[in-house]
Amino acid sequence: MTATAPGAGKPQAPPKDRGPRRVRGGSVIGSAGLYAATGVAALLFLVPFYLIVRNALSTDAQITGEEWAFFPTDVQWANVTEPFEDPTVDFARSLWNSAVVGVLHTVGTLLVCSLAGYGLARIPYRHANKVFHAVLVTLMVPTAVTFVPSFVLVSSLGWVDSYRGLIVPGLFSGFTCFLFRQYFLGFPRELEEAARVDGLGYGGAYWRVVVPNSLNFFAAIATITFIGGWNSFLWPLVIGQDPSAWTVQVALSSYMTNQTVNFHLVFMATAISILPLVCVFLFLQRWLVQGVAQTGIKG
Amino acid sequence: MPTTTARGAARPASGKASPPRSRRGPGARRTLAFWLFTGPFLTGLLVFVYVPILWSAWLSFFEARFTVTPSEFVGLENYRTMLTDDEFTGSLVTFTVFAAIIVPTTWALSLALALAVNRLRFLRAFFRSVFFLPTAVSYVAASLIWKMSVFNGVRFGLANTVLGWFGVDGIAWLASPDPPWYWLVIVTVRLWLQAGFYMILFLAALQNIPPELYEAAAVDGARPGWQTFRYITLPQLRATSTAVVLLLLVAAYQAFDEFFNLLSKTTWGRPPLVELYHKALGDSQDYGAGSAGALVLTLLICLVTLLQGRIMGFGRAEGAK
Repeated sequence: MTATAPGAGKPQAPPKDRGPRRVRGGSVIGSAGLYAATGVAALLFLVPFYLIVRNALSTDAQITGEEWAFFPTDVQWANVTEPFEDPTVDFARSLWNSAVVGVLHTVGTLLVCSLAGYGLARIPYRHANKVFHAVLVTLMVPTAVTFVPSFVLVSSLGWVDSYRGLIVPGLFSGFTCFLFRQYFLGFPRELEEAARVDGLGYGGAYWRVVVPNSLNFFAAIATITFIGGWNSFLWPLVIGQDPSAWTVQVALSSYMTNQTVNFHLVFMATAISILPLVCVFLFLQRWLVQGVAQTGIKG
Repeated sequence: MPTTTARGAARPASGKASPPRSRRGPGARRTLAFWLFTGPFLTGLLVFVYVPILWSAWLSFFEARFTVTPSEFVGLENYRTMLTDDEFTGSLVTFTVFAAIIVPTTWALSLALALAVNRLRFLRAFFRSVFFLPTAVSYVAASLIWKMSVFNGVRFGLANTVLGWFGVDGIAWLASPDPPWYWLVIVTVRLWLQAGFYMILFLAALQNIPPELYEAAAVDGARPGWQTFRYITLPQLRATSTAVVLLLLVAAYQAFDEFFNLLSKTTWGRPPLVELYHKALGDSQDYGAGSAGALVLTLLICLVTLLQGRIMGFGRAEGAK
């Protein structure tokens, strides 16, 4: 089956979409080789995940043993609670901080940037172009590069070690606003006209018609934004000076500089920190892929 | 621009501007609506993007250790300090080396993965997911796996275990800059994390290549394989390739997480942002020199982005959506 597929697929292949690359007219060897190479690459890509699971469920003696143990014979399920009982790092607190920051960062960014994107795309105003250019200019400077000035500002506001300091400065993404504007430019105008006929203003049309009809796009941007927020490190590191304000990434980083290393604990903590995103990934992959395709190429 | 209202109304609509035009009377209300929609974002942009940069520009001309409201004006002294600082200029060298390795390797790997996945008839979604999965992992978590398990310098690290099977002595991957094994660690971790992301971009582009091109090539007697790849696939992917290379370059410029975590106790192998972190937020808390460094880096990234705009055409994404 595998072997004949490329050739057989040729005549009745759907015209676009899956576009079978009919290279090398479906030879058995070519196809088997392709699957072998892809399979090897896939195995290599999965090795780090294997290491997390193996180390998280082993004892330190097994991890550091003379012979490589492929998988613990006696799985240490008790390891699951260990990161939460570690007196040196408040892991539970850092998880909670990451959850709060991740959710509020996503909700806030979507709200603020989508409104601005809609205003720029759809509300006629004679200086709209100038405003849009002021947004475009900020695309040239990645926020990571300006973390020193941002820290200077946020610390003089007294926002160090606070949720405000972690969340608010990251909400105003010129790029996300730009993406929303581009999206709304392509939104079918007829739907809004109907809303207008029904007597809705801009706000009403936006909330009752535009947003409910754009949930796919919102979901795609939300997925990307959440992953970015959960995984971000530099800004939480700068802002989280006190351990009570650490996000999970900063907590993980602290494990790496600790004097004594407790391997199974550290890897269990890593596994727990990745789990929410793997769930996001498995259940929202459709939007994620769409989001990547949409956000990856910027102008 | 005399016909402001009409022009403004017609611009986004591409011709179908009748309903807004009928509301021409309450122009003030439209202006109010515009500011209500964009106001929160623009305020934030002003406060958290424009103000810090301007404040930083001001700070960079002052002696500002441990303070953000300095009084001693020092002119260009901070810039002179940073630009003659071997560690700061060395960080630009580190970035250059890093970019020279990571950009081509990621480009090639993600393209190869996309080509392979695109040719699969079965299990395509499965393989795509496997390669894409690392995108969900943070740089910190990946650095931890790499540092403590894959490239742990001790005997039980995975890489050293595998070397041991072939009778090769273990290598202290991250412990010394000479020989620079740490580059292997740094490059592979980023490769693993980002290849799947760019593979998705290439996959999307591959599926946009009209199949007729391949049919025509087959009719013309082009050999499938290298020839069609070289003369059809690659040219058709040019826009995506350029975009990917520039995105990779900008991402490499901002590299921080893996360097910071993998090389935490070293003074070598510091890219610009790590150097800046230690300079401005380390023991000396020198915001003046830190701000000067941040502005130099900002200017450099602006140049890269402008170059990107020149190469790709700045309004391209706007027109093509």
